[in-house]
Amino acid sequence: MTFPRFSPLYHGIVALILTCCAAAAAADEIADIGKLLKGGQLEQASQRVDVLLASKPRDAQAQFLKGLILTEQNKTTEAIAAFTKLTELYPELPEPYNNLAVLYAGLGQYERARQALEMAIRTHPSYATAHENLGDVYAKLASQAYDKALQLDSNNPTAQTKLALVRDLIGSGARGRPQVAQAGTKPPAAASPAPALAPAPAAAAKDAKAAPVVAAKDAKPAAPAPAVLAPPAAVAPAPPAPPKEALRPANDQAEVIAALNAWVMSWGKQDAAAYLAAYARDFKLPRGESRQAWEASRKQRITAPTKIEVKIDDPKVTFADGVATVKFRQSYKSNLISANSAKTLVMAKNGGKWQIREERSGN
Amino acid sequence: MVVSTWLWRAWPRAFMATLLCLAAVGVQAQTQTLPNDDVETALVGIFKAIEGRRLAEALARTEALIASRPNYRLAHLIKGDLLLARGWPIRTMGAAPNAPPERVRELREEALARLAAYRQRPPKDGIPRYLLQLRPDQKNAVVVDTKKSRLYIYENDNGKPRFVADYYISHGKNGSDKLREGDQKTPLGVYHVTASLPKTKLADLYGDGAFPINYPNGWDRRNGRGGSGIWLHGTPSDTFARAPRASDGCVVLSNQDLRSVAHLIQVGLTPVIISDHVEWLSQDDWNNERRALQNAIEQWRRDWESRDSDAYLKHYARAFQGDGMNLKAWSERKRQVNAGKAWIKIGLANISMLRYPGKDDMVVVTFDQDYKSSNLENMMKKRTYWLKEGGQWKIVDEGAS
Repeated sequence: MTFPRFSPLYHGIVALILTCCAAAAAADEIADIGKLLKGGQLEQASQRVDVLLASKPRDAQAQFLKGLILTEQNKTTEAIAAFTKLTELYPELPEPYNNLAVLYAGLGQYERARQALEMAIRTHPSYATAHENLGDVYAKLASQAYDKALQLDSNNPTAQTKLALVRDLIGSGARGRPQVAQAGTKPPAAASPAPALAPAPAAAAKDAKAAPVVAAKDAKPAAPAPAVLAPPAAVAPAPPAPPKEALRPANDQAEVIAALNAWVMSWGKQDAAAYLAAYARDFKLPRGESRQAWEASRKQRITAPTKIEVKIDDPKVTFADGVATVKFRQSYKSNLISANSAKTLVMAKNGGKWQIREERSGN
Repeated sequence: MVVSTWLWRAWPRAFMATLLCLAAVGVQAQTQTLPNDDVETALVGIFKAIEGRRLAEALARTEALIASRPNYRLAHLIKGDLLLARGWPIRTMGAAPNAPPERVRELREEALARLAAYRQRPPKDGIPRYLLQLRPDQKNAVVVDTKKSRLYIYENDNGKPRFVADYYISHGKNGSDKLREGDQKTPLGVYHVTASLPKTKLADLYGDGAFPINYPNGWDRRNGRGGSGIWLHGTPSDTFARAPRASDGCVVLSNQDLRSVAHLIQVGLTPVIISDHVEWLSQDDWNNERRALQNAIEQWRRDWESRDSDAYLKHYARAFQGDGMNLKAWSERKRQVNAGKAWIKIGLANISMLRYPGKDDMVVVTFDQDYKSSNLENMMKKRTYWLKEGGQWKIVDEGAS
């Protein structure tokens, strides 16, 4: 499951609480409790939220904080009860459903996690976090279904690796800090469910044979544990070594290659900002999609996997009318999917930087 | 991961194309229908939903199927595909990463066999060509089509076979036409159930019960066929169904289906005809075929009573064997016997006429024979094999059954 990685976890709560709450006193109290929670003073946070709830039992913010505190305290059953109560009182809020899903997934109850996420999406169809989490839960459920269908047993080395890894992820997640959605967070801009130029899909899973070959080399399982996430440091992939050309941008050709490598690296690092910065303002969007929707879907695609590895082979650059056309083989590997495909980028220089103006599958 | 609807489309198209090919094979105007709650109907509902891009419905139907049959591997495979298809395009069944291709192939074959069975129902008034005549006390007959992975039950409705139900089955890993021990093939022929083995006496592999059949029968032995232990049986507890070709030669039903079939089976009596291509006859053709054979049998009985040895021996085929005799020895013996008798009376009762699967026109005729003569009387159960030779039905094998 994916959570905002780059922003400190509870800033959002605090900021939101300060701006949103009508009753100033309660808002202050909630902000204070948020700080205590952020500071890891769980016992105090817990006591004060209980006091607050005694006077305002239906306060959504307070109840949500209570759920977060219980989650932090690893009181999973009580945390589930708290978020469940919240979904009953405020069925229109997606966040409690999402957090319920995270807790259920942590318990290995993927079917329940799925139901909760589907509820989150029903309340907010564009709730990106829930979509991402749901994708992971689907993948996990698919993997369980395949295990039952194909009787992947312990004699099967692949299945063994997979099972061991699932246990491992859940274990480390449970020890780590569970990261859950923040109260009242606005859902990110509509992640339109149109994948358009997906990095991988065309070549992916062409048949039952194609996918496993590549996947088998990967130590990661096909379906990641939709877990309560391991600390970000452990997840971030090692940046791929930049090809040698990147080191000496002596001319246009070298500059283009350097820009290409930067783009590949940002992708591999799952650095959405750097990745999107590689695309020119006048980038040709697929099928009349809006830039905003396109960015949202790209961002999601980049951040959803727990790991991405992108390699490019044999880039060939040609120049015409000040525009560079780069053709290369791209091998994409994530915990979810592997694909090897031909790609063409059309790049142009804007303000001294080579940026992507067009992106096409195939040469 | 985004729920991306267009991605779903790749899968059904390729897969449905395979299924639609099957649909094109002649579907009769009037056919038997399947009950609403069976697996084939459920699978068709799922695939129709996929075809119509109603993927949430497809998933809900798949989950309902799993709820009723928790060990149903094919349903789990479809569920996996439907879930995975939310992430990226799936072009065939069994898109699991690291899926053992053999297992996926088996499940795909099962899906195709079941959907074909749904689309190609047995004709409503058709009668399997094998069931020319059942004995009055044979309540049901079992007909197996190995190529279609299907078992049909026909009821004896006052002498006329009437369709009751049909079921998915698995047969031998190496197909049919068993020849020798260990060849992992299912025999083709006319057999009957010889015993009923309850679950308590069986290993888990055989599921909820087993019904051994009399392979090798007389004809098999005459033709040098070997092996033994061919049963109809159930499915091990860890799976709802097995692949179309999965057994060592037995005919395997799901436990649920085995239980339905079990109470229709009469040990020692219920015929089991295993074919690799079941043919159905119209009522008229069936009547004509059985009448022609009935006439031949009746003529043989009369010619035997007449003690006219030439007329009687005309009913025997060149390849005849019986009581350890070939045609020549048989003829000499019969002429000798007939010469010593003043009269013969032959009564035939409880006649069954079951056509043998395969290219040859051959029918197994069994009956209770009441033999009376001027110097000898006996009652016996007899089994005769009738072969068409030069357009005439002739006996090619005769003996006690």
